[in-house]
Amino acid sequence: MTPRRRRMALVLGIVAGVAIAGALALSAFRQNVTFFFDPTQVAAGKVPAGERFRLGGMVTQGSLQRAPGSLEVRFVVTDFSHNVPVSYTGVLPDLFREGAGVVAHGRMRTDGTFVADEVLAKHDEKYMPPEVARSLKRRHGESRANATAAPSVPSAPSAPAEAGAPPPHSTPSSAGT
Amino acid sequence: MLPELGHFALILALLLAGLQAFFGIAGPMLGRERWMAAVTPAVAGQFVMVSTAVGCLIASFVGNEFSVVYVAENSNSALPLFYRVTALWGAHEGSLLLWILLLAAWTVAVSIGAARLPRRFGARVLGVLGVVSFGFLLFTLATSNPFLRLDPAAPDGRDLNPILQDPALAVHPPILYTGYVGFAVAFAFACAAMLEGKLDQAWARWTRPWTTTAWGFLTCGIALGSFWAYYELGWGGFWFWDPVENASFMPWLVGTALIHSLAVTDKRGLFKSWTLLLAILAFSLSMLGTFLVRSGVLVSVHSFAADPTRGIFILAFLVLMIGGALALYTWRAPLLKSPAGFELGARESFLLFNNVLLVIAAATVFAGTLAPLISDALKLGTVSVGPPYFNPTFMLSMLPLLALLSVGVHANWKRGRLQDKQRTLLYTLIAGAVLACGVVFGIYSHGRVLTPVGATLAFWIVLASLVDPIDRWRRGLTLPRAVIGMTVAHLGLALAVLALTTVQSFTIEKDVALAPGGSVSTGGYVFRFDGVRPVPGPNYDAVGGTITVTRNGAPLMVLKPEKRHYWVKGTEKTETSIKMHHGANILVALGEDLGAGRWSVRIQIRPLVSFIWLAALIMAIGGAVAASDRRYRTARAAGTVPAGVATGDATT
Repeated sequence: MTPRRRRMALVLGIVAGVAIAGALALSAFRQNVTFFFDPTQVAAGKVPAGERFRLGGMVTQGSLQRAPGSLEVRFVVTDFSHNVPVSYTGVLPDLFREGAGVVAHGRMRTDGTFVADEVLAKHDEKYMPPEVARSLKRRHGESRANATAAPSVPSAPSAPAEAGAPPPHSTPSSAGT
Repeated sequence: MLPELGHFALILALLLAGLQAFFGIAGPMLGRERWMAAVTPAVAGQFVMVSTAVGCLIASFVGNEFSVVYVAENSNSALPLFYRVTALWGAHEGSLLLWILLLAAWTVAVSIGAARLPRRFGARVLGVLGVVSFGFLLFTLATSNPFLRLDPAAPDGRDLNPILQDPALAVHPPILYTGYVGFAVAFAFACAAMLEGKLDQAWARWTRPWTTTAWGFLTCGIALGSFWAYYELGWGGFWFWDPVENASFMPWLVGTALIHSLAVTDKRGLFKSWTLLLAILAFSLSMLGTFLVRSGVLVSVHSFAADPTRGIFILAFLVLMIGGALALYTWRAPLLKSPAGFELGARESFLLFNNVLLVIAAATVFAGTLAPLISDALKLGTVSVGPPYFNPTFMLSMLPLLALLSVGVHANWKRGRLQDKQRTLLYTLIAGAVLACGVVFGIYSHGRVLTPVGATLAFWIVLASLVDPIDRWRRGLTLPRAVIGMTVAHLGLALAVLALTTVQSFTIEKDVALAPGGSVSTGGYVFRFDGVRPVPGPNYDAVGGTITVTRNGAPLMVLKPEKRHYWVKGTEKTETSIKMHHGANILVALGEDLGAGRWSVRIQIRPLVSFIWLAALIMAIGGAVAASDRRYRTARAAGTVPAGVATGDATT
């Protein structure tokens, strides 16, 4: 082979390699992307049957239940229009609490319970996962009926709470800065 | 008073950065000697001003100055002194200030090193760094001033995020940022070369030590972050393909490609425009990383606040910087010809494959990281991309890379005479496979298909990398530091591959409910739960659990995980307890009180996981050794080698 041909072969090889890698990445991508749904979308039957997805919303106050001594925990995720009962077996993350945002990975069971295999609350406790915040905003409009649960997300930094004040969730006040 | 002084110093720093940028770029263009002479004092002045600003902010933290918003939000009078200092980079504003300080420090280092560079070129490098610094200072002052006052002052602060109250995270951001910012130097060298319209092998020799040093810091920074996530977040994993992790990993991948591409430009005067492109890309990804982390557009543990104006500013800045550099590139790169060729089996082609594979890897990570953003923007639904995507696609480009490494280190420059090395390669491969199977099946006696493959590649790299250095050493030849450094870094990589393979294949994870006195047995260990007791802390209360681990009936270790409740933020934090046994990390985390006297306990056994971080450290040490090679320091004495002349040197 002449040097020119060799170089051509090299370039072709690289192009082929890139193309194969791209195709494989794309297929891996299509198989492994998980979609996000909120309780209203779940209630409307938007979730393809049997598919693993992410459910996001707020943990309803007072919904956390556990048989004493059991690792299985049940709670209700809400977007204030619809509720989805969730069942999870395992250790809950530190930031998990009633009245706070949560994202759970899992599947719907035929009885309408969402069986989570992973519960995430790994966002900063100052704000909610953006997708949950957006979903809540969409579902709830400007209504402040559930003001305590309103996402204290975006923009203005919250004012420093006085020592001993309740956690920042319930005090989404804004600093006069 | 101090916060105002800091604010004022920051404004002066902005002005000085502006002067540095102007004199550094306009001076050489118009041939004004005096302008060029003014650049170095501007650099020094800027560093002094930025240091003053940082000093003022630290003093405000130490002195509990809760009339400063940033201090009030990220500190507390009960916070230990050490964390009051490190709280400086506990959130967005201070992190940016740290970025700027490190950039100023790098710039000072470059200005000292620039004494060895041609005058005009040195001024241009510093000028480009001035532009970067100016942009970040402007960003800080306009959107993220850390010195803003709060009126009336808060009686006490809201405390530093508990997960950031940790020694590893105290040093993680400075080291990571040193790496990020270091790529600004490579970027500045690239832009200066394009402004100059000239890129020779001497250029590559100047650029190499800076790039390698930055890469070493980035390597350490990423490893520290991974280590922190492992023991601090309580989930026990060491890599989550979290957007923020990816944000630091992409510049690392491209930076790794860059240091290899620079080797070719240095030794053979080839790959010139490609090297320039990689230098631009590495820094762009560093800035994109800053953007992704700081704008809060992606969900992550690390993204602190979501403020759209900041995101838009950074985006505009990114577009200007990257767009400007790329425009310069399209204008100037065609001037840079690489006349010499090379054969298919030559080292150049292996380094080309290295570059292609690393860039593909970076591209797949990039796609996976940004896909959720793009899908959301296009209203295709909110998606998330996780390890099921990243693991296989990443491996796809890494496996051939690792295999080619072993062959590549034996290839000669220019000529593809690999036939001479066939035997060595074959023997090392066989020996590697035997060792790998011995480890995988001898110690663990089971495994997935990929386990022996990964282990074989790792051992092959070790053996293949050592053949040449040992041979030279036995013949009494001296080994240049560049070669030692390269070998050390490759050995580090091999260790990382071995550790990753082992961890991925043999990890045991279990969540269990245990009552005091109860026990659970897994992986050959028995974990007995001995109950909980209260543990007092400086700014938290904690419940401490005691877990005794036994093996074959003999007590092995006592683990004491904690569940902490931080007063000020009212947040819970899991404090894991980790001990090593036979190279494996045994991790225990205390969950919660399940009622009926039982507690949830998370148990994880990860073999060799510590070696991943050790491997990163070894790679960084290799980088440091290579960067200290005398060749780079005598660059000027050697003069400028005309572009494209092959040195015929097959050593490095």
